[in-house]
Amino acid sequence: MDFGFSTLEARSIDFDKFDGRILRYVLQYEPSLLVCLSCGGCTATCSAGNLTDFNIRRLQLMLRRGEVENLQTEINKCMLCGKCLLVCPRGVNLRNVVMLIKKALVHFKNQEN
Amino acid sequence: MEFKDLFYYPFILGAIYLFGVVIWRFTKWFIGLSKIDKIRVRIGLFSKKTLKSIWESIREGLLHRNVFRNNKLLGYMHMSLAFGWFLLIVVGHFEASSYHGSMFFPFQHSVFFRYYVTDNVDFPGHVFFAYAMEILLFFVLSGVMLAYFKRFRSKAFGMKRTTRMRYGDRIGLTALWLIFPMRFLCETFTAGVYHNGSPIFNNIGDAFASLGNLEPWLNPLWLTYSIVLGVFFVALPYTRYMHIPAEINLIFLRNWGVTLKERRVNTYTLAQVYSCSRCGICIDACQLNLAGIKNSQSVYVLKNIRNKNLTDEVLFNCLICGKCQEACPVGIDVNKLRITQRIETTRQYNSSYDYLKTSEAKKTDIVYFAGCMTHLTPAIKKSMLQILDAAGENYWFMDENKAPCCGRPLMTAGQFDAAQKLIDTNTKMILDSGAKKLLVTCPICYKVFKEDYTLPNVEVVHHSEYILDLVKQGKITLKASDKNVVYHDPCELGRGSGIYDQPRELLSQSVTVKPIAHEREKALCCGGSLSNLKISMDERSVLSAQVMNEFASYNPDYVVTSCPLCKKTFAKTDILPVKDLAEVVVENLTPRS
Amino acid sequence: MNNIVIIGGGIAGVETACTLAESGNRVTIIERTGDIGGKLNRWYCLFPDFKKADEIKKYLKERIAKFDIELKLNSEVDKAERNGDQWYIYTGNVRYTADAVVIATGYELFDATRKEELGYKIYDNVITQGDLEDKFRAGDFKTTFGENPKRVAIVHCVGSRDEKCHNLYCSKVCCVTGVKQAIELSKFLPETQIFCYYMDLRMYDKHFEELYRTAQEHHNIQFIRGRVSEVSQTPDHRLAIKTEDTLSGRPMKMKLDMLVLLAGMDTKKHNKKVSELFDVEREESGFLKSKDFHIGAGILSQKGVFAAGCCISPMSIKETIENARSSAVQINQYLKTL
Repeated sequence: MDFGFSTLEARSIDFDKFDGRILRYVLQYEPSLLVCLSCGGCTATCSAGNLTDFNIRRLQLMLRRGEVENLQTEINKCMLCGKCLLVCPRGVNLRNVVMLIKKALVHFKNQEN
Repeated sequence: MEFKDLFYYPFILGAIYLFGVVIWRFTKWFIGLSKIDKIRVRIGLFSKKTLKSIWESIREGLLHRNVFRNNKLLGYMHMSLAFGWFLLIVVGHFEASSYHGSMFFPFQHSVFFRYYVTDNVDFPGHVFFAYAMEILLFFVLSGVMLAYFKRFRSKAFGMKRTTRMRYGDRIGLTALWLIFPMRFLCETFTAGVYHNGSPIFNNIGDAFASLGNLEPWLNPLWLTYSIVLGVFFVALPYTRYMHIPAEINLIFLRNWGVTLKERRVNTYTLAQVYSCSRCGICIDACQLNLAGIKNSQSVYVLKNIRNKNLTDEVLFNCLICGKCQEACPVGIDVNKLRITQRIETTRQYNSSYDYLKTSEAKKTDIVYFAGCMTHLTPAIKKSMLQILDAAGENYWFMDENKAPCCGRPLMTAGQFDAAQKLIDTNTKMILDSGAKKLLVTCPICYKVFKEDYTLPNVEVVHHSEYILDLVKQGKITLKASDKNVVYHDPCELGRGSGIYDQPRELLSQSVTVKPIAHEREKALCCGGSLSNLKISMDERSVLSAQVMNEFASYNPDYVVTSCPLCKKTFAKTDILPVKDLAEVVVENLTPRS
Repeated sequence: MNNIVIIGGGIAGVETACTLAESGNRVTIIERTGDIGGKLNRWYCLFPDFKKADEIKKYLKERIAKFDIELKLNSEVDKAERNGDQWYIYTGNVRYTADAVVIATGYELFDATRKEELGYKIYDNVITQGDLEDKFRAGDFKTTFGENPKRVAIVHCVGSRDEKCHNLYCSKVCCVTGVKQAIELSKFLPETQIFCYYMDLRMYDKHFEELYRTAQEHHNIQFIRGRVSEVSQTPDHRLAIKTEDTLSGRPMKMKLDMLVLLAGMDTKKHNKKVSELFDVEREESGFLKSKDFHIGAGILSQKGVFAAGCCISPMSIKETIENARSSAVQINQYLKTL
């Protein structure tokens, strides 16, 4: 998955450059994202992940780490099928998280323009 | 100028204003319809559909048959107000016509007839009219009394909740509540002075007169009555009472074939939104109440659309189970309306799914598409494959390893443009296989394949239909067992696709299906619906437990459903065993000799 | 001399009974099955030292034989009544009078069929850790194909830590059970590849961490951090699982010959019954509610009713024995106040 970095270059997560706008937006409406324990159940069963390079668990984790590059390209791969919802042991409402990320991206883009 | 030339102005001006606004709105709505819809209206205008609409307008707009069906007391309230008022106008007009000896006279003369006609003149039918008008007024007043009562004690109407009101609605409501008591006071006081009513009002008037001199009260009362009418008319377009003209308009448009099929927000949306009388029947039909969700029911969404303050939190907090649509006495297409709104709000962020590629299709007779959900219920998948094998069918398991989602979950979230790419990819695979039948074990897939895919010469079948067909053709035989079961109608299959009988007929081959309170059109949602993006897992659990507890009260051996999502949702409650139709069939399959 | 009725003849019940009998009480054990020992009877070896479960059983048998304890087997409590400080316990047509009652009803293995996506009782060769213990006892690991499995996966947290079955708690002992079983299996079948799929590995007690290290170092057990969320059958009737290797961040598929589900401890159903019988409070998790987490374990919300063992919290055998003895001390203190 392309998150704008390659494993060849050293690149650490810089918490001081944390871009938390989208994260805050998502959490405001879907706080259940907070309880994710990164078990990967969602990614394992993911219909889109079965067809392309798409890792929803990692994507939300990156969002929580303030890494939002390529978020738009990545999040658009989700087909909203809902399998993740049925396997999540923590009951994260992941479909809403996806829709909120999509919305937030447009929202902040419009704000910038 | 004298009082008599002036007092009716509030009424007349209000009425003119009201007609102006209503005609302007209707015109605007018509102009905003899509081209196809306009053609539909033009064709429909001079057809039987117009006559049908007139009858339906009388039946629903005046008699409120659908409200009656739902709740007799509520029906009477609506009917006495609407039909009673209508008769007051019509009979009042005839009364004044008879007095004037002509059908043409200033409008206020019929509305304020008892103000103008105070001398005891003898005109044809005057006794009949006097009685009729007074009895009609009592009829309307009984409805008003019920309305007062309902505001304070909605439970008496078999309703748990009543709609919340805004400021403008309060003005309209107060004016409406005052109209008929004012008219009653005007006419009885006048009768007390002039004895111009029937013996009923004359006696009541005399009773009032015994308390003091009524004459000074007359002009202020009639003026107030006129003002109250005027205020109501001016407020009407901005309150829920706009539903009175809008509903009639909707009945005609609907019968002429106007639909929301184009899935764009157009003025037909408004025509529907304004038709909502906020009777509150949809609130009671909604299961979300149980989970404490009390702001997203259809009536509120319609109100929010009208007031332009609809939020995603409200719009997406709906199971789209269709129970409220089933209950709506006005027949507003609330599911489509809501989805149309979802399309609108998510239009800016659709996906393109460029990664989708079609893989090679296998030539076959039957394509089996399990769907995303069925992959999480392997018992259904395994049973379906066993049945296909037992029947010796030539099939291809299309999504055994991978396939795009059917697209329905995207569509209910409003992402129609995105879903189209999935639909195109799957369509190509299905058509390439040359199959005559597309078999699905998931009602969500079923609905979208049936309604939104273009699959010429391919019959889309839900496994309940398909297996029943196998039994009828003798390809498989089932044995009877002594099990008693409860069958749960999945929303997308039942209300969504009208399939109620096939699953029951199939089940009756092997088990006894117990009738339950909420079945068929009245079936409850399992709580798992993907169409609700906002509901939390805990809230879902409340809904599923309620449904399962109802099932448990019938003491079945197990619950049968025909949707993998319902099955998984119910299984989570751990209240009763849950099986899919296909599993029941496999358990009772007799091996072929 | 006080009369005490203990419900459940598992490890907790027997150890509490013996400790109380030792201090001079007249004790009756009411046991549902035909033998004492409870879940122990199914187990073959125990973590962390691979002691045979039968040795613990032998200890219990010998210990109970030393005292005059009435053992009422194949019996269940039908009714319980309190009259002042006295309890009347009815089973069949017998009535026992008790000054104190101990609930020691233990746990059930989580019903793995509730996690349908894992294929238990749907696909062949999907088993639970309990079924695997049966295989250890029988010394036969053949799959339904009649061969020893070449690749086995052990799935942690089945029915524990899972909102989908309303069991939010951690069953605590499954992690180390999985590691123990992986090592044990590799001892029986050295050629077999064994994978443990976990969300978190909780090696909480002494020697557990070392056991984990041993599994890696000497038995080539592979630990993959990811939750298995889909099981299916391949055309050649092997099992296929889907998971994510979360540490490498990639979805992962694997074909298997055997899948072992580490089912959690579930007390919801039988604690519901027992809590209704004695009118004692339960937690949302289903475990009986102790008066205080720190200093009141086993003291329930009803006078004269105590609890020991897994009906109050997930416990290892060692902790169960400790807990049983400490409950006995609390009961003796209570009896002195009567």
